[in-house]
Amino acid sequence: MLLIDCPYCGKRPEIEFAYGGEAHIARPLDPSALSDEEWAEFLYLRTNPKGLHAERWRHRAGCGRFFNAVRDTVSDFFVTTYKSGEPRPDAARKASA
Amino acid sequence: MQNFSAFALLQRAFGGHASWQPQWRTPEPKPAYDAIIVGAGGHGLGTAYYLAREHGLRNIAVIERGWLGGGNTGRNTTIIRSNYLFDESAALYDHAVKMWETLSQELNYNVMYSPRGVMMLAHTIHDIQVFKRHVHANRANGVDNEWLTAEQAKEFCPPLNISPKLRYPVLGAALQRRGGTARHDAVAWGYARGADAMGVDIIQNCEVTGIRRGPDGAVTGVETAKGFIASKKVGVVAAGHTGVVMAMAGLRMPLESFPLQALVSEPVKPVFPCVVMSNTVHAYISQSDKGELVIGAGTDAFVSYSQRGGLHIPSHTLDAICELFPMFRRMRMLRNWGGIVDTTPDRSPIIAKTPVPGLYVNCGWGTGGFKATPGSAHVFAHTIARDEPHPINAPFTMERFRDGVMIDEAAAAAVAH
Repeated sequence: MLLIDCPYCGKRPEIEFAYGGEAHIARPLDPSALSDEEWAEFLYLRTNPKGLHAERWRHRAGCGRFFNAVRDTVSDFFVTTYKSGEPRPDAARKASA
Repeated sequence: MQNFSAFALLQRAFGGHASWQPQWRTPEPKPAYDAIIVGAGGHGLGTAYYLAREHGLRNIAVIERGWLGGGNTGRNTTIIRSNYLFDESAALYDHAVKMWETLSQELNYNVMYSPRGVMMLAHTIHDIQVFKRHVHANRANGVDNEWLTAEQAKEFCPPLNISPKLRYPVLGAALQRRGGTARHDAVAWGYARGADAMGVDIIQNCEVTGIRRGPDGAVTGVETAKGFIASKKVGVVAAGHTGVVMAMAGLRMPLESFPLQALVSEPVKPVFPCVVMSNTVHAYISQSDKGELVIGAGTDAFVSYSQRGGLHIPSHTLDAICELFPMFRRMRMLRNWGGIVDTTPDRSPIIAKTPVPGLYVNCGWGTGGFKATPGSAHVFAHTIARDEPHPINAPFTMERFRDGVMIDEAAAAAVAH
């Protein structure tokens, strides 16, 4: 089982958390102005990378708050976690450090 | 190709079985092919087989990163069924079931298709309503499916515990008698042998590293670990890695990849006569001909290419198995593993042309692609050869997400997720 470092509570086992999908996908401010392609892109297209992935998690059985994480999808190693609203850190540099 | 028969077996027995030939060659890639299939799993090898057999293309290569049948084809729980709710899905999966029935004869290779029945358990009033709706929808589509009471379910599968004291008691079941299992490796090997005999080059241990496109945007070939290979038609059948391969052509896919786990027990004598699934408590079990109980667990919640997954996922499934089949409580599990499955937002596959001319994709099978192997390969070969979809796979486009024409089996709950 993975240990996930909640920015508010510290390291806790994976089963306390709920996965929230890819991070940094902002809901368009005016959806009706979008084309069908752009709306489908927002709803359904995901990066699905083999490598570093910025994603949302929620500490469901803890503080209940959402936060973001960067994880390597090949090893499942969590490179870093950070609070929602903060910019995506330079994860490649952290991964090599 | 050496024909397999009882007579051939007997004849070679007298020669000490020394005269058997390898079932397929190990060729070096040619500079160019009429069609290239990326991915030598069951679907990919089957596609090459039907391209050669039904569409007259013989100059074909199947390029595989690892060894053939080493991905999800060798990792799944080998269940076959076609009791899907919607017309489009029922047509696709039942096309496959009909092909399973004659596949061993067609390939001269025993794929051990065993229609032993797939029983899906209902534990709640909602389950009963949904399954009865499935039974009626299936029968309207010519797909066999019938409703059983709990007692009838117990009669069909004696190890089943139908005590009303269970946390989620068995209230009934839907049974598809034509459903069952097949030998997963044999499907890949049978298609590989058949395709190879018709001249298809199966190139293993050769990773595709790029997709080259011409000035008009059309595909001109693929970059591989063994150099550039030209082809005007490239079919991608790369399961969990489809997104990675399609990104080489600059395409973003409506896919996410998750580890799906399975496990087997120590082998025992025949004790389990059919396949039993329960979506509500997440049990998924059958017995292989080797005697192992084959148990399907769930997917991890997060995107991953790790081919492992967390132990709490199979543990959760075993809780349900032990409750439903108390006789298995003291059995030991032998091995567990994960495979990377590519899931679409509506949990139906994509078998289609792409916006890139000459590039075709067969993906998004999620947690249930094995059952469809022959049908999927058959209609995908048609799509590549004719540059237009077969009527059966015409609804399974990429554009359905843009146009809102989903085939929403995710909500229909015929699928174990």
